[in-house]
Amino acid sequence: MAALPSIIETTQSAGRQPLLAVREVGKLFGPDKGCQNVSFDLYPGEVLGIVGESGSGKSTLLSVLSGRSQPQEGNITYCNKQGELIDLYSSSEAERRTLLRTEWGFVEQNPRDGLRMGVSAGANIGERLMAQGVRHYGTLREQGLSWLNQVEIDPNRIDDLPRTFSGGMQQRLQIARNLVSSPRLVFMDEPTGGLDVSVQARLLDMLRRLVRELDLAVVIVTHDLAVARLLADRLMVMRRSRVVESGLTDQILDDPQHPYTQLLVSSVLQP
Amino acid sequence: MISSLENQNRPARAEGYNFAYLDEQTKRMIRRGLLKAVAIPGYQVPFGGREMPLPYGWGTGGIQVTAAVLGEDDVLKVIDQGADDTTNAVSIRRFFSTTAGVQTTERTGEATIIQTRHRIPEAELKKGQIMVFQVPIPEPLRFIEPSETETKTMHALNDYGVMHVKLYEDIAKYGHIATAYAYPVLVDDRYVMDPSPIPKFDNPKLDMSPALMLFGAGREKRLYAVPPYTRVSSLDFDDHPFEVQKWEQSCAICGSDHSYLDEIIVDDQGTRQFVCSDTDYCSQQVARQEKQ
Amino acid sequence: MQTILEVENLNKTFTLHQQQGVVLNVLKNISFNVQAGECVVLHGHSGAGKSTLMRTLYGNYLPANGSIRILHQGGMFDMVGAEPREIMAVRRETMGYVSQFLRVIPRVTCLDIVMEPALERGWSLEKARSRAQALLQRLNIPERLWSLAPGTFSGGEQQRVNIARGFMVDWPVLLLDEPTASLDDVNRQVVLDLITEAKQAGSALIGIFHDKAARDGVADRYIDMNTQEASHAA
Repeated sequence: MAALPSIIETTQSAGRQPLLAVREVGKLFGPDKGCQNVSFDLYPGEVLGIVGESGSGKSTLLSVLSGRSQPQEGNITYCNKQGELIDLYSSSEAERRTLLRTEWGFVEQNPRDGLRMGVSAGANIGERLMAQGVRHYGTLREQGLSWLNQVEIDPNRIDDLPRTFSGGMQQRLQIARNLVSSPRLVFMDEPTGGLDVSVQARLLDMLRRLVRELDLAVVIVTHDLAVARLLADRLMVMRRSRVVESGLTDQILDDPQHPYTQLLVSSVLQP
Repeated sequence: MISSLENQNRPARAEGYNFAYLDEQTKRMIRRGLLKAVAIPGYQVPFGGREMPLPYGWGTGGIQVTAAVLGEDDVLKVIDQGADDTTNAVSIRRFFSTTAGVQTTERTGEATIIQTRHRIPEAELKKGQIMVFQVPIPEPLRFIEPSETETKTMHALNDYGVMHVKLYEDIAKYGHIATAYAYPVLVDDRYVMDPSPIPKFDNPKLDMSPALMLFGAGREKRLYAVPPYTRVSSLDFDDHPFEVQKWEQSCAICGSDHSYLDEIIVDDQGTRQFVCSDTDYCSQQVARQEKQ
Repeated sequence: MQTILEVENLNKTFTLHQQQGVVLNVLKNISFNVQAGECVVLHGHSGAGKSTLMRTLYGNYLPANGSIRILHQGGMFDMVGAEPREIMAVRRETMGYVSQFLRVIPRVTCLDIVMEPALERGWSLEKARSRAQALLQRLNIPERLWSLAPGTFSGGEQQRVNIARGFMVDWPVLLLDEPTASLDDVNRQVVLDLITEAKQAGSALIGIFHDKAARDGVADRYIDMNTQEASHAA
């Protein structure tokens, strides 16, 4: 994949800036509904998991972080490929949309929301490249085949409509569609929700590999602690709009400090 | 059939109708819209479309645009798929003779305003002429994005990646770009436009034309325009460049090998003939050959 | 010899909020150093806090206070209070940990598990694969198992995969929690040999061994956890 080298160059430079700097971000819909007082730095290559139960505010936080929903308080600064610092909500919607199409990715919980169901898999993958001005059909086709391989979909399905794919395949196609523009930061909203356990395992395995190979930074929202343990380096535990605990994933899951985290961890069924 | 004579007197205008049917305020409103459309080539301007005495899908947009720009001294030509003598062309032409009393013609060279459904005439247009196109669906992105708010945003943000998706799909499915009409174009390097269901054969005629091109969609209530001498390029891929249709046959009537040909079945045995779609052009060719 | 690890006044408590806030003081004011090339064995009966200490050193448990300074990227770096990504960097480059049980991830093959620490360090696939294969062979894991996920392996086989992973790359500091527990005599010796080789290469090792013979085979020093026992409050 031709686009990789420039990402790796940037992330291996010493003393690097955080990719995303989040300060005192808040968006509330009511008392303790939404998110408030969220601050953290995310560095290239880090996978941050946001866990919590329904209603904890994790989805709200994700839409604020990904530029889709303006917060009431706080600010978010992103360091782009050129090393420029962009205040996310001071820039125009056009700039945010461009960012989301190029340096960022967003994997929706329901693949139907993140795919064009009426066009072929190859077209879905190629769209971002076409939006960036790639005008060579041969190149687009090549990229399509290459990415289908990467996400473990049979390349012969390149001309098939996503409607004909299973849920797991649709999800993997969605991931390919996002990764084709070599993003540096990918947001994921419950990417394995609604999938069978064995399909989940395959998807998670693929994500782990891609995150490592592409040095991606990821913010992943999930209510499933097993998914968090597998994919995330760091966790933030949310409860009723607040981050109650944050730190290294294995430390939070094996040695939770906050009473709520202890409750959460002890409630997980072990088969 | 109304024959066109150089010194034809203007037909009598019917009583009880304002000039060209629409009231003056409506015409002003449409002209304001058209001015905006001309100022922003390829951009779709909403307008308050009126009820016309024919249903949507029959050219109400084109008629409203013609009505708004028509003046007493204009000479009007109306064609439908290139022909002056089909039912729709005849009806619309009669509509304007009746309500505006303007001179009408079948000769492209003599017209000041040409209203058309689905073709651009073969004869080269001249400075001062106005083409009025009847448009069914003005939004080139509609096939892939059903949401109006979303397509508006895409136009505003120059977010056109999805246009090439359609072309890509064609090549994947058929090995070549299969779109044969309503082929999307980029206007003035900015807006992507649907040139109405003209065959792609006619697309090059839009590029740097001396004529003013106006587009009206009655049902969707949108106007857009391409001012004279504007760059209009058809979307394509580097390795699948834009190509126009070609025929092996020539016109059975005039022998032309470089005009757009219609295939017609002439008898019950299914015998086929290819003839020029542009009737005026065809008859001009024949007249020229007879002279020689 | 150079000091690779300095532990000073390390305290670890557990507060069990689910059980009326019971507080367990498992580690109290622990201090010790480890030099390059030596193997320190933690000694004490079950429940004395040996595994707890090991996990705390690795960052898996959060210390209450104190310091854990490790020689990392040319300087002494304190793990206590470090950012998650800094701890990840230490775990990638400087401190290895062979846990008591293999964490099995669905679909990930035995070979992939063993190769991972090398790939994390940027080794090429070929180099990683050949070293992984060599280690697995040495630990008597038959080749037919290499491309299988270890979920169905026996306890001993899983442990050997774990060990292969642990010794895949060189570690300035290597933590070993019961590395020989489920092994037979032959394989135990292989592990002891690996430990000895690591020592010779300059690694500082900290180990927990229930097996006296194993302890005696590699230990240079003992840290007696029992003396910490007085602080174990219920």
